[in-house]
Amino acid sequence: MLPTPCRIVAIEVDNYRTKTFIFDARLEAAPGQFVMAWLPRFDEKPFSLVNADPVTLMITAVGPFTRLVHELQVGDRLWLRGAFGHGFCAFPEQRRPALVGGGYGVAPLLWLARQQLAEGAQVTVIVGARTQADLLYIDRFERVSDSTSPGALTIRVTTEDGSRGQPGRVLDALTPLIERGEVDGVYACGPHGMLQAVEAVAQRASLPCQCSWEAYMRCAIGICGACEHAGKVLCLDGPVLAAQRSFGASSHCASPL
Amino acid sequence: MAELSTRFLDLTLPTPLVLASGIWGTTVSLLVRAAEEGCGAVTAKSCGPTPRAGHVNPSCLDWGHGLINAIGLANPGAQAEVELLRAAKAKLRPMGVALIASIFAGPPEEFGEVAAIVAQAAPDFIEVNISCPNVHSEFGEPYAGDPDAAAEVTGRVKDAVREAGIAVIVKLAPNVPSIGRIVRAVVAAGADALCVINTMPGMVIDAESGQPILANRSGGLSGPALKPIALKCVYDARKACPETPIIGTGGVTSGVDAVEMLMAGATVVGVGSAIYYRGPSAISLICAELAAWLDAHHIARVEEIQNCAHRERIYSVAPTGAPIPLAH
Ligand SMILES: Cc1cc2nc3c(=O)[nH]c(=O)nc-3n(C[C@H](O)[C@H](O)[C@H](O)COP(=O)(O)OP(=O)(O)OC[C@H]3O[C@@H](n4cnc5c(N)ncnc54)[C@H](O)[C@@H]3O)c2cc1C
Ligand SMILES: Cc1cc2nc3c(=O)[nH]c(=O)nc-3n(C[C@H](O)[C@H](O)[C@H](O)COP(=O)(O)O)c2cc1C
Ligand code: FES
Repeated sequence: MLPTPCRIVAIEVDNYRTKTFIFDARLEAAPGQFVMAWLPRFDEKPFSLVNADPVTLMITAVGPFTRLVHELQVGDRLWLRGAFGHGFCAFPEQRRPALVGGGYGVAPLLWLARQQLAEGAQVTVIVGARTQADLLYIDRFERVSDSTSPGALTIRVTTEDGSRGQPGRVLDALTPLIERGEVDGVYACGPHGMLQAVEAVAQRASLPCQCSWEAYMRCAIGICGACEHAGKVLCLDGPVLAAQRSFGASSHCASPL
Repeated sequence: MAELSTRFLDLTLPTPLVLASGIWGTTVSLLVRAAEEGCGAVTAKSCGPTPRAGHVNPSCLDWGHGLINAIGLANPGAQAEVELLRAAKAKLRPMGVALIASIFAGPPEEFGEVAAIVAQAAPDFIEVNISCPNVHSEFGEPYAGDPDAAAEVTGRVKDAVREAGIAVIVKLAPNVPSIGRIVRAVVAAGADALCVINTMPGMVIDAESGQPILANRSGGLSGPALKPIALKCVYDARKACPETPIIGTGGVTSGVDAVEMLMAGATVVGVGSAIYYRGPSAISLICAELAAWLDAHHIARVEEIQNCAHRERIYSVAPTGAPIPLAH
């Protein structure tokens, strides 16, 4: 599938370096899947779907490509191909999942939380960042919380400098929840160090855990090998990999859900 | 079930399927995964004298009837490749799966230098990529386009690895007027086997932006669109050199495709883009389909169908043929 031009219909500013772009396009996809975004004659980069209908991307400006995308206005086009990969697999039998997002790792979690809430689960979302200014999507999770039954969605915030929420990292919020037995599954997206730590605490408690891993992507269709991680091609086998057998024989679930 | 093991140079491979160079890149874990899926041999991504980042994205796409890529020979450099190949070989040897190193370079003498470095890892074979269409600007026209240049590179590599006793496979390009001439030149220069073919140069343009999609502008076509081209090249190569082992590569995505490639003259069959078209289990699917096809045709050994297309049926009468068109 070739890149398709998609028109930007709305842009929302999320923090000092992050914007959410809504496009006049829809895709068949699941939370955790991603698209490749192309700026002609410049570069093509992967971004998680925040939503598939309409296609929505949350983009943090960290380098040349993302800064150029931030200059785009409503009415401008970005070329997208996808959706790619295997996303998160929400299990109805999980009643108390914890969703853990570090930095722009929250991007796919809002959609996942909405799916799990629709299944009647009691969801805890842990959002972490360095400082209050870096936090993302807290207001969106609060809006979701307001629109569901009281207590169905709990939002926990951590900042490394303590400027908002619990001082520390997402793990400091997740570990006590797990120890108190308040969680029966963990879903995480963020930097590798964070995911390794989350996987380790989940595994110690024998909890099923799905993590969305990041890697440099080229083909996004599983043949070039650029995105290898632990014997998997993340663009196809992942980006979401399950850490536990309890998710079934295969390490991912079929997509779209 | 039909016997799939196949003689290739001095080895007997468990199956006739070979992972093509550049597919799944340069990681040990993925080479081993391809072997576990049922490859008889796996080819590492081509490596050159120094580390290369490769081209910017987009660098690989599905354009509708095949793939196009301009990865730009991203690789960690020959020195780092040695460690990787050693680790891969240690895992592949107990499985009976052969490891093929792949190399490229700039001037002919540099091919010899890279080959000598890579030989330290004692891969089973060294494949010489003289046919990558994606690095013209740096390395000039591929050597595969010129019989004398192709022969010179082959000779340099043979000299560099003669002592190590490693057989040399030369990988050829489809976009030449006569592949038979190139085949004869490299075999005369000492090539022990051939890999036919690399990708076919091509371009995709996005009408909406009016721009080539690949960052490198052009790239190499692979997958289904390449199959008839590959079959013709393998057929011609077999005619030119009846005795030389050939890895027939290009557009094989099913067991029947593999059958056709063997019939065209391939000794073993390279598989690349199929891993996109059929998924990560492509190799095991193709193996199973190949065995099932042989069983259904009561053929005991896969080697029996090699070169079948060259053994043409002969009739005692001639067909009538078409009439000469009338001018009217
Ligand atoms: C599957 C997948 C999903 C992704 N989803 C999203 C998403 O939803 N939203 C999003 O904004 N990005 C996402 N990314 C990351 C995004 O692809 C990169 O941020 C982008 O490629 C950067 O390109 P660039 O040219 O702007 O910067 P580059 O020059 O490529 O990167 C600049 C530098 O910033 C570092 N860097 C990259 N991302 C961050 C970050 N968030 N914070 C701090 N440093 C960073 C890089 O390592 C590099 O050193 C995702 C990546 C993958 C693999
Ligand atoms: C993403 C990609 C990367 C490739 N990299 C190399 C390479 O490094 N060296 C090489 O000799 N061939 C390379 N090739 C070519 C393949 O080895 C093979 O010759 C070609 O793709 C045709 O086979 P297929 O149709 O089965 O894919 C690459 C092909 C693809 C699709
Ligand atoms: S990006 Fe090419 S295999 Fe994943």
